[in-house]
Amino acid sequence: MRDVAIVAFGQSDHVRDSAETSEVEMLMPVLHDVLAQTGLAARDIDFTCSGSSDYLAGRAFSFTMALDGVGAWPPISESHVEMDGAWALYEAWVKLLTGEAETALVYSYGKSSPGSVRDVLTRQLDPYYVAPLWPDSVALAALQAQALIDAELTDERELAGIAARRRTAAGSNPHAQLRGEVPMGEPLVAPLRTGDCPPIGDGAAAVVLAVGDTARRLTDRPAWIRGLDHRIEAHGLGVRDLTDSPSTRLAAERAGAFELSHGRKGTGGAPMVDTAELHAPFTSQEVVLRRALRLDAPDSTVCINPSGGALAANPVMAAGLIRLGEAAARIQRGASDRALAHATSGPCLQHNLVAVLEGE
Amino acid sequence: MSKEPVAVVGVGQTKHVAARRDVSLAGLVREAARHALDDAELTWADIDAVVIGKAPDFFEGVMMPELYLADALGAVGKPMLRVHTAGSVGGSTALVAANLVAARVHRTVLTVAFEKQSESNAMWGLSLPIPFQQPLLAGAGGFFAPHVRAYMRRTGAPDTVGSLVAYKDRRNALKNPYAHLHEHDITLEKVRASPMLWDPIRYSETCPSSDGACAMILTDRTGAARAPHPAAWVHGGAMRSEPTLFAGKDFVSPQAGKDCAADVYRQAGITDPRRQIDAVEMYVPFSWYEPMWLENLGFAEEGEGWKLTESGVTELDGDLPVNPSGGVLSTNPIGASGMIRFAEAALQVRGQAGAHQVDGARQALGHAYGGGSQFFSMWLVGAEAPAT
Repeated sequence: MRDVAIVAFGQSDHVRDSAETSEVEMLMPVLHDVLAQTGLAARDIDFTCSGSSDYLAGRAFSFTMALDGVGAWPPISESHVEMDGAWALYEAWVKLLTGEAETALVYSYGKSSPGSVRDVLTRQLDPYYVAPLWPDSVALAALQAQALIDAELTDERELAGIAARRRTAAGSNPHAQLRGEVPMGEPLVAPLRTGDCPPIGDGAAAVVLAVGDTARRLTDRPAWIRGLDHRIEAHGLGVRDLTDSPSTRLAAERAGAFELSHGRKGTGGAPMVDTAELHAPFTSQEVVLRRALRLDAPDSTVCINPSGGALAANPVMAAGLIRLGEAAARIQRGASDRALAHATSGPCLQHNLVAVLEGE
Repeated sequence: MSKEPVAVVGVGQTKHVAARRDVSLAGLVREAARHALDDAELTWADIDAVVIGKAPDFFEGVMMPELYLADALGAVGKPMLRVHTAGSVGGSTALVAANLVAARVHRTVLTVAFEKQSESNAMWGLSLPIPFQQPLLAGAGGFFAPHVRAYMRRTGAPDTVGSLVAYKDRRNALKNPYAHLHEHDITLEKVRASPMLWDPIRYSETCPSSDGACAMILTDRTGAARAPHPAAWVHGGAMRSEPTLFAGKDFVSPQAGKDCAADVYRQAGITDPRRQIDAVEMYVPFSWYEPMWLENLGFAEEGEGWKLTESGVTELDGDLPVNPSGGVLSTNPIGASGMIRFAEAALQVRGQAGAHQVDGARQALGHAYGGGSQFFSMWLVGAEAPAT
């Protein structure tokens, strides 16, 4: 298999309301940033792939405006997924593996501010039986949190501790929307408090991928993608065990998170990584993901969400790509040798992607 | 590094109609997928990954419907990708699925594209008002009519050519049991007498609004060896995009379309498309796009496309049949329309196109485009496995 690496990552400052800028205006500085990091121009990129959502933008074909901003002239080889940008990165990774491209630009963006994102996300649900009831994303996450508490896998004190740790970690993340200590907050949907929930915000992110020696030429320390896999689960919440995430577990196994290439495995079943960037918009979802990934092994020293994660900034459609970017950036600056990055989509962690990234 | 050859071993479609009130969205996509699995004599368990595509989510009012459709497509526990590249999406979706096999990430992949237009109104789905952006309140026909005019002015094509295409495609559709429009009493005079919608585009020169889905099973060399029916082999595939609106854009023959075709021909070793390609499934939502794309795709010199159409070359029994299935003019579930072009090309080289089979078709082109003529996806399939 061809070696593919993340060689550059950029993101916007994530803000509650970006009414003064369009999606394209929000994205352009980020695109210029990642291209400048590599010294590439848009015309040097072999393949471009993006992720976004028409429902957030409120109009059909919303991605076409961003493409105009990229400057697709002369015509470019380009594709788009109506998913978080992490899956756009997956499509680009596959394209590079076919040998048809040496470099790829991946970007995604989302503005939640123009509407009520809690209402908008209800439109993801089964359109005949569930969506007409308008159960919102916080209410569904609360069901998951209550299931965890009922199963005695967590309690409200632990959840509050997660919220505090993530937002403290975000203190060193200049792009985060919420930084520093945040109180537990007011009850929102029991058992979740505002502190257990992500901020609502607007933001964009971009990544440059490159193969083999091209990657080495573009950056001093490429973050090599050693494995990348994603799995989806049933949609109906009634047929899933909300306290577990078997799709995350399977994706991590397929991505090789639990062993090194020469077969050495982590102690106590823990993944062989020093960093994990988990896309957990709710504190309770971090509990589910840590259990599925066995990150809670007693002797584990894995550093979880040093960026602050989605609890500090959650631009819908970009938050997953940002996890991959944050993990790669940590490798690039030498703070990590091997990192796991995770992205999620759908209600209560329905669809999960795991990447294993490694420095040389 | 060589790519794994990719084979189409299963093709499935629904019967396309104005409104499938008897099935849900899930029932519709599952029906096409089930037909494709039956064709390949495979079960859900044989599928490693699912790649699904459709045009904007507003057309059915479901955001990211792959989440809800995971169960219906047997995707639980598997990877599932959702592609969206406007009208070219059906083709792009097939190409993303083919890349999974070519890259040896997966061995056997199910790809599906659909649209259930009866769930809402596509015209208004495309026309949601957004501040500070140009509205498209006239739907697609109003956008494309001026470009047809420009083609006629540029080439001197007589205004009778569009109706010839519509008459041909609607007759071809009579031979395709899955086609939406079966106009048994169609005549050239009826096409020419139909109401003018967006001058010069008449009612009978436009595509219908359809409910429908199309699915294919793509697999590697090993999978193809086990397949019960002949495979169609992918010899080339490409996507190209250019900006929607910019000074210097050629709306009559966009550069992205030319570049995309050139890339596919290079991969497939096609040097003379007019002679080497036996059948073309081309995305023609308005009849005049046949002569326009004949030029854009290199089948005719610039300004000569309408002469090929007028001389009968593109008829089912001509020497370059275009849209033997009846094409988008007869069946248009938007998100699926591109994949139907790709799948019909595969059926032709597998010799399984039934009454609309082109005799002896060995190489066929599937073509899709979308947006304001700025997104293109194409593949060329052959009866023989590619030389590696």
